[in-house]
Amino acid sequence: MHPVLKLVAQRIALGLLLLLAVSAVIFLGVEALPGDTAQAILGQSATPQALANLREKMGLDQPAMVRYFHWLGGILTGDLGKALTNGQDIAQAIGQRLGNTLFLAACAGAISVPLAILLGLVAARYNGRWPDKLISGITLSTISLPEFVAAYFVIYLLTQLIPIFNPVAMVFPGMGFWEKLHAVALPVIVLVLVVLAHMMRMTRAAILNVMQSAYIETAELKGLSPMQVIWRHAFPNAIAPIVSVVVLNLAYLVVGVVVVEVVFGYNALGQFLVDHVAKRDLPVVQAVGVIFAGVYISLNILADVIAIVANPRLRHPR
Amino acid sequence: MKMPLSALIGLVLTGLFLFVAIFAQFLAPYPIDSAVGGVWESPSSTYLLGTDTIGRDILSRLIYGAQVTIFVAAASSILAFSLGAILGFVAATKGGWVDQVLSRLVDLVMAIPSLIIALVVLSVLPLNLTVLILVMGVLDATRVFRLSRAVAVDITVMDYVEAARLRGEGGGWIIFREILPNALSPLVAEFGLRFIFAVLFISTLSFLGLGIQPPLTDWGGMVKENKDALVYGKSAALMPAMAIAALAISVNLVADWILSRTTSLKGGRGA
Amino acid sequence: MSEQFDRIVMQMRQGGMTRREFVGRATALGVSTALASAIFTKGARAEEAKKGGVIRVGMSGGESTNSLDPALAASEVPFQVNMTWGEMLTDVKPDGTLDMRIAEEVSSTPDASEWKFKIRKGVEYHNGATVTAEDVVATLKRHTDEKSQSGALGVVKGIAEMKAEGDMVTLKLSEANADLPYLMADYHLIIQPGGGVDNPTAAIGAGPYKVNVNEPGVRHTFTKHANYFDSTMGHADEVEILVINDNTARTAALQSGQVHMINRVDPKIVELLKGVPGVSIKAVAGRGHYVFIMHCDKAPFDNNDVRMALKLAINRDEMVQKILGGLGSVGNDFPINSAYPLFDDSIPQRTFDAAKAGELYKKSGHDGSPIILRTAPGAFPGAVEAAQLFAASAQSAGIPLEVKLEPDDGYWSNVWNVEPFCASYWGGRPVQDQMYSTAYLSTAEWNDTKFKNAKFDELLLAARGELDAAKRKSEYSEMANILRDEGGLILPMFNDFVSGVSDTIGGWQDDPNGELMNGRAQVRCWLNS
Repeated sequence: MHPVLKLVAQRIALGLLLLLAVSAVIFLGVEALPGDTAQAILGQSATPQALANLREKMGLDQPAMVRYFHWLGGILTGDLGKALTNGQDIAQAIGQRLGNTLFLAACAGAISVPLAILLGLVAARYNGRWPDKLISGITLSTISLPEFVAAYFVIYLLTQLIPIFNPVAMVFPGMGFWEKLHAVALPVIVLVLVVLAHMMRMTRAAILNVMQSAYIETAELKGLSPMQVIWRHAFPNAIAPIVSVVVLNLAYLVVGVVVVEVVFGYNALGQFLVDHVAKRDLPVVQAVGVIFAGVYISLNILADVIAIVANPRLRHPR
Repeated sequence: MKMPLSALIGLVLTGLFLFVAIFAQFLAPYPIDSAVGGVWESPSSTYLLGTDTIGRDILSRLIYGAQVTIFVAAASSILAFSLGAILGFVAATKGGWVDQVLSRLVDLVMAIPSLIIALVVLSVLPLNLTVLILVMGVLDATRVFRLSRAVAVDITVMDYVEAARLRGEGGGWIIFREILPNALSPLVAEFGLRFIFAVLFISTLSFLGLGIQPPLTDWGGMVKENKDALVYGKSAALMPAMAIAALAISVNLVADWILSRTTSLKGGRGA
Repeated sequence: MSEQFDRIVMQMRQGGMTRREFVGRATALGVSTALASAIFTKGARAEEAKKGGVIRVGMSGGESTNSLDPALAASEVPFQVNMTWGEMLTDVKPDGTLDMRIAEEVSSTPDASEWKFKIRKGVEYHNGATVTAEDVVATLKRHTDEKSQSGALGVVKGIAEMKAEGDMVTLKLSEANADLPYLMADYHLIIQPGGGVDNPTAAIGAGPYKVNVNEPGVRHTFTKHANYFDSTMGHADEVEILVINDNTARTAALQSGQVHMINRVDPKIVELLKGVPGVSIKAVAGRGHYVFIMHCDKAPFDNNDVRMALKLAINRDEMVQKILGGLGSVGNDFPINSAYPLFDDSIPQRTFDAAKAGELYKKSGHDGSPIILRTAPGAFPGAVEAAQLFAASAQSAGIPLEVKLEPDDGYWSNVWNVEPFCASYWGGRPVQDQMYSTAYLSTAEWNDTKFKNAKFDELLLAARGELDAAKRKSEYSEMANILRDEGGLILPMFNDFVSGVSDTIGGWQDDPNGELMNGRAQVRCWLNS
C-alpha cells in the first residue's frame, strides 16, 4: 500500500477510537457537573416529589454506567434516542441543525480562507510597506473585537442605518438557496471578520519564514517576479503551518460559533448544545459532542495529509 | 539596526498599558466598585470617559481592568506557549509513539467543545485567578502544540537537523538550537494573536459566570456589562472595546517587529 | 401639553367623544385641525379589531430543550406558546377579576371547601372533539397525581376529591380556600383531551390557535383554530413566536419590522428607544420582584439583627433607578404590592439607613468575617450589578458584604435554595394567599428563606378560608408585618414588565398579571396594516 494511504487508514482507525474516548470523557464530564436533568427542567419549581417522579420517568434512577452503555448500544445500531427534556427524536432534531451549522461554516469558510491567503500573500509580497501595514492593521482591529461587538456593529449598520438585511437569521426548510444566503449574510460577515486575521497573519509569517531559504534566492536569480516566487516556490513550502491554522479556524467555524448563533438567533448546533448542557440532557450532549469531535478529527486528518503531500521530504520519511 | 516607526509606536503603547496596569492603584481617580454617578453618563470633566451600567467611573474601571486583563492574558499565553511549543517540538523530533500519544491526547482535548471543558473544570475546581490562568493556558497549549508540531516536522527533515543528529547532538540541543530559532517566526506571529484570544476568552468565561470575580473586572467583561448600550454609541461599551483593540494592535506591532528581527538574525536577507 | 393631549386621545379612544368635540379640544392645545381629524379617524378605527395577517412576536426566554407539555412550562416562551394553543378553566383579567374560560360559572359552599365549575357548552379542541367535564378532571388528576412532575403540583394538591357529572366539575378541598378559582388560572393547568395523559406534548387544546411548526428554541408557528369559542380573541390568521434571546438583536428586529412585539426590553435602553419612530414601549407594573434571600436557620442569618441590618443596608431607590431604569417600584421586604387585592398601603416603607444598619450589625455580635452574597447573571436581569450595589452600600454601613459570582449554569439547582444567601426572582401570584403559601408557609416546598413562624402560619390558614374581606385584609396586613420585620426576605424592588410594541398593533392593554398581556398579547391584539 502507498505509505500515504496507509497513514490515512491508520489515522481514520485512530480517529474512531478517539471518538469513543471523547464520548466517554463527555459523559463523565457532564455527569460530574452538579445537578441533573430533572432538577434543571423543574428549576425553581422543583419539589422533591416532582423530582423523583421525573427522574424515574427519564430513567435517571439507573446507574451511570448502565445509561452510558445503553447509549453506546443505541448509537452503534444507528439510534440516537430521544431527548430527555422534550422527547424530541434526537437524530431528526440534530439533522436539520447540523445542516445549518455546515451551511454557515461553508459560507464563511468559502469567503474567508481564499481571502485570508490572498491577503497574506499580498502582505508578504509588500512586507513592511503600506499594503502590508494596512492589511495587518485592519485585520488586527477586527480580530480584537469580541464577536458580539462585531455582530452588534453589523446589525446596527446593515439593519438600521442601511436596512438591507434582517437582524434575525433563522433559516427553515423550504427556503430557497438565495433566500438562505440572504438570511445568513450578517453572521457570515461577522465570522469572516473574526477568523480572517488569524489565517492571514499565519500565511504572511510562514511565507516570510521560507523566503530566506537558498532556493528562493535561486528562484529570484532566475528572474521570476516576486509574486511568482511567492506563489510557486514559497507558498508550497509554507503550507504546513498555514493548513494547520486554516483547519483550526474551519473547526472553529463549525464548533465554536455559539455567540454568533445566539446574537442572530441562528438555529444551528452550538446553541442547541449549550441549551442541552444547561439542562444536563446527556443523550443530546453526547450526540452533538461526538459530531463536533468527528468534524474536528476529520479536518485534522485532512490537514496532516495535505501537509505530507505538499512537502516532498515528508512524503518519503526516512 | 534602526527601529521602524510602527514598532516604536507599538513598544510605547505596550509600555503605557503595562505602566497603567502596574500603577493602577495610584492612577485611578475613583474606586473600582463604587457607583459614583448616574447610569451611562456621557464623558464629562468629572468622569472623563463617562459612567457604566450602574454609574461607576469607566476610566477607573478601565485602569483597574488593565491589571487583570493584561496579567491573566499574558500569564496564560506564556504558559500555553512554553507548554505547547516544547511538547510540539518533542513530538516532532521524537516521532513514533511519543508523537502519537501526545498528538492523540491533544486531539482528545481539542475535539471536546471547550465550553464543556471550561464548565466542567471550572465548576469542579475553586474559582480564583491561578486556576483560571492554568485552565486557559492548558486549553490554549493544545492549539500551540499543533502549530509548533506542524512547523517543527517540516524543519526536522531539513539537512541541517540531520547533520546535527549525525553529529550526535541530544534532543534538547536539537530542539533549542536548531528547531526553535527556525520555528520562531510563525510562533511569534501566533503569540500576538493568542494573547488577544486570551483577552477575549476571559470575557467569554465572565459571561458564563466563571471568569473574574467582582469587584475585580476585565475589559472583555466590561464590554459585556455594557453591551446593550453599544448600538446607541454610549462610551461605556465602546471604551473597553477600543482598549482591547489598542492593546491588540500594539502587542502585535511589537510581535511583527520581533518577527522581522528574528528573520534577519538568521542571516537571511531580512525585511 | 402632551400629557393633556394623551388624556383626550385616551378618552376619545374609549368612545367618549364625537369628532367635533375631539377636534375642538385638540386644536385648543395647539394641534392643527387636519392632524386632529386624522388622529380621530385613526383612533376611532383602532377600536375595531381587524382580522387577518400574521402577528410575529420576538421573545427571550426560550431554549431548544422546551417541551409542549404544559406541566413542564417554566420559562417565558413556553408560557407564551401554551397561552396561544391552550385554555384553562379560568383566567385572571387585567383588573384582577376572574375571567371565565372553559368554566362558564363557578360557585362554592359557604365555607369555601367545595367548589363547582360549570363547563362551557360546545367548546371544541383542535382535533374536533368537545371539551368535557371528564377531560377537566383528568387534566387536574394528571397534575395532582403522585406520579406527576407538574410545576402546578404544589398549587393543586389541596384538592382532596374531584368528580365530573354531566357538565359539572366538583372539587372538594382538604382545607377551605376562598381563592380556588384563581388557582385554576395557573398556566400549567391547560385542559387537554383525556387530560393529556396519553400524549402530554400533543398540544391539542381548545385555544385560539393550532400549533403548526414547533421548533423549540427557534420558532413556533400557529394557524387559527376555526371553531374557537371566543370571538373577542384570535384576530390574526397566523401567529409566529420567534426565539431571539439576545437583547440587541430582539430590539433591532422590532425596529426593522421583522417582529411586531418583543418582551424583556432592557429598562436602561428605554430612554434611548423613545426617539425611534413606529415603536412604543409599554412598561406595566406587575407583581414580580427581584430579591435577595437569607436562610433564617443558618448562621449568621439565624440572628434577626443581622437580617435587619442587611435590610436597612440596601439602597432601594438607587436599585430602582439603576437596575430598573426607574421602571418599577421599591419593595418593603414582603412579597405583596398594590397590584394585589387586599394590599395594606399603610405599612411604613423601609429606607436605606447606614447608621442604624451599622448599629444593628455591631449589636448582632457577628465576627466580622465576610458575608457572602451569591449571584449570577441569570438570577434576574441586572442581578450581578444589583448585588454589587448592595455590597457597596452595605460596606458603607460597616457590614462586610462580599459578592460571589456563580455560573448561570445550574444556578437554580446548586445555589438557590442551597446556599444561605443569594439573589433570586419571584414572578408573583394572582392572590396573596398563593404567594404566601408558595414560599413563606413553614411547610411550603419552596420556602427558600427557611422562614418558620407559627403565628404567621396560623394567620395564613385563617385568612385562606375567611370570606369577610375586611377581616382578611387585616390578617394579611399582620402577616406582612411579621415577614417584613422577621423574615429572611430582602425585597428591594418590584419590576415592571417592559415590552416593545409596533404601532401597527392594535388592542394592546396593560396587564399586571404577566408579561405581554399575561401571555395573550398575540391572541388579543390585531394588526392595523
